[in-house]
Amino acid sequence: MLSDALLLQLGYNASLVAIGATLLGVSAGVTGTFLFLRKRALVSDAISHATLPGVCLAFMLMVAFGGDGRNLVGLLLGSAVSAWIGLLCLNWLTRNTRLAEDAAIGSVLSVFFGLGIVLLTVIQTMGVGRQAGLEGFLLGSTAGMLWADAVVIAIGGASTLALILLMRRPMTLVAFDPEYAAARGLPVDRIDLAMMGLVMAVTVVGLKIVGLILIVALLIIPPVTARFWTERSDRVVLLGGIVGGLSGYLGAALSASAPNLPTGPIIVLVSFGFFAISLFLAPNRGVLAAILRHFRFQRRVHLRQGLLALAQGQPIYERLTLRLLTRAGLARADGVATEAGKARAAKALRDEKRWEVIRSDQTHEAAAALYDGLRDIETVLTKDQIVEIDHQIGGPQGVPA
Amino acid sequence: MLDLVSNQGTSPTDTLGDSSLAIRGLTVSYGQKPAVFSVDMTVQPGAMTAIIGPNGAGKSTMLKAALGIVKPLSGQVTVFGEPLEQQRARIAYVPQRASVDWDFPTRVIDVVLMGLYRELGLLGRVRSRHKAKAMDCLHRVGMRDFADRQIGQLSGGQQQRVFLARSLAQDADLYLLDEPFAGVDAATEKAIIGVLKSLKDAGKTVVVVHHDLATVTDYFDHVFLINTRKVAEGSVAEAFTADTLQAAYGGRLATAQVDQLSRVVG
Repeated sequence: MLSDALLLQLGYNASLVAIGATLLGVSAGVTGTFLFLRKRALVSDAISHATLPGVCLAFMLMVAFGGDGRNLVGLLLGSAVSAWIGLLCLNWLTRNTRLAEDAAIGSVLSVFFGLGIVLLTVIQTMGVGRQAGLEGFLLGSTAGMLWADAVVIAIGGASTLALILLMRRPMTLVAFDPEYAAARGLPVDRIDLAMMGLVMAVTVVGLKIVGLILIVALLIIPPVTARFWTERSDRVVLLGGIVGGLSGYLGAALSASAPNLPTGPIIVLVSFGFFAISLFLAPNRGVLAAILRHFRFQRRVHLRQGLLALAQGQPIYERLTLRLLTRAGLARADGVATEAGKARAAKALRDEKRWEVIRSDQTHEAAAALYDGLRDIETVLTKDQIVEIDHQIGGPQGVPA
Repeated sequence: MLDLVSNQGTSPTDTLGDSSLAIRGLTVSYGQKPAVFSVDMTVQPGAMTAIIGPNGAGKSTMLKAALGIVKPLSGQVTVFGEPLEQQRARIAYVPQRASVDWDFPTRVIDVVLMGLYRELGLLGRVRSRHKAKAMDCLHRVGMRDFADRQIGQLSGGQQQRVFLARSLAQDADLYLLDEPFAGVDAATEKAIIGVLKSLKDAGKTVVVVHHDLATVTDYFDHVFLINTRKVAEGSVAEAFTADTLQAAYGGRLATAQVDQLSRVVG
């Protein structure tokens, strides 16, 4: 079943949903990255909740004019208008009152969502009979997705993506250093607003598949996941898009492979899966790597301290130190150095002196910045440089380098 | 009313054309209390000017308002005799390094390449000549070997030098630096002042928000003393005296400091 779903063999609707979800995931991941870099991730939550009154009002308007209230383009336009109003309220509150952004987000989010729920209730008592499906915008509903819906999502997602890529340079500059960007004459406020406008576009596009409550996950989780793997903003953008797209595709396929699995929430759970894997396994920023690094570092410190103690003929009290030394064949169980231990100890002491020289000499600054009290001198300097330094130190030259 | 206060008898446009930076009647306020009140400043081309004053005197605020980073309540700014917006390309600004998040995912060279924003445009590719230029700027601040490092691994002084390299990449004529010497190591201070002096030798104008009174006479030829209002302005010999310092700092300088400084300033 699952393999059929992954290969788009589960029928027309499932394939439409999978393709739509993939596109949505890519554009949400890429857009969300800039939001994340600008440290305004939660703004997307306010924007998405502010879509609900617009959806309801658009439905009521279309019904009032005798149309089909469920026209997706009409509903999305309505949601965009009210999300934009919500965004402007948020901006006004943060800029012109003493309210901090988090409090302003909370206010806008709850008031707009409350209004939306009231309107939704009113619609349900209107007895139009055609309202079925509006609640689907809360958590997404893909069961009755039409070809036209998929086209709307595809066009919306693709144009958002194109605009984002066009604006990536100014948005990165504003995210890293807004003061510098302003000094260079960039319209920082307008760039911020444009970024939020794009977030709004992604939100609106995603209403049908993921729903307004969970779209924030698709905007935030992919960039946060990507951040674990790289230290370069352009790669965070790229990886964020990939993680988002994969989550959309796998989530849609998974939910199609068994009856009664909701698409939106499954997509979010899949993206969380990527997040969890990254959180633990990422090579530099991951939790496991940090723990390993800590223990490895601790052992290196003990070994180094032990060697220096041997070199200076001091007794070793710490059990871990002694155990590490004996296991490496550098000392006997009673703390006396072996032949190999004596050589390594002498080298360690010598390296200390060399580091002293490096750290006091400006020309070696790049190397000195790597000083951690443990590193072998050969990893930062060439043989010639070491000879040069030994020359400065003087003393016995016979120590093995 | 403000204009009357600010112009202090001179015509507002008299010498603006000859100055690199001219500020007239600048007032900036966060809330109801002005941080900078009705300040005039005229920076001569090719000068190396220190903006000096106690904490909270409005030094950084004045600089930010002059660049339009914070919106002033009133005041005019001209750069090389023309309105600021027309001369943006000739200005390089170095913000306080604490103003950004150094865990941002970017490398040293990428930060310097931001200085080439205008040249690169929206979609222009970063070519080898751009990289070469960025490397050259890093070389000038002694950070060439750090080009590929993640910015989070740098010390405070190295961060400051990266910011300076980014401004060098702009090939500007007017350099405005906000506290570049705050909390940096001696090597960085030496590197920065070396670069600034070479800029001055190349005929560029340099304005620095500065906090260390002891180095003023060594580093700068002009000073601008501010404590919300302008206190004094002119060459170091004229404007950096025991009297003007007393006026700017009031009781905030310990007597011992004043004695020590008056020995420096004569």
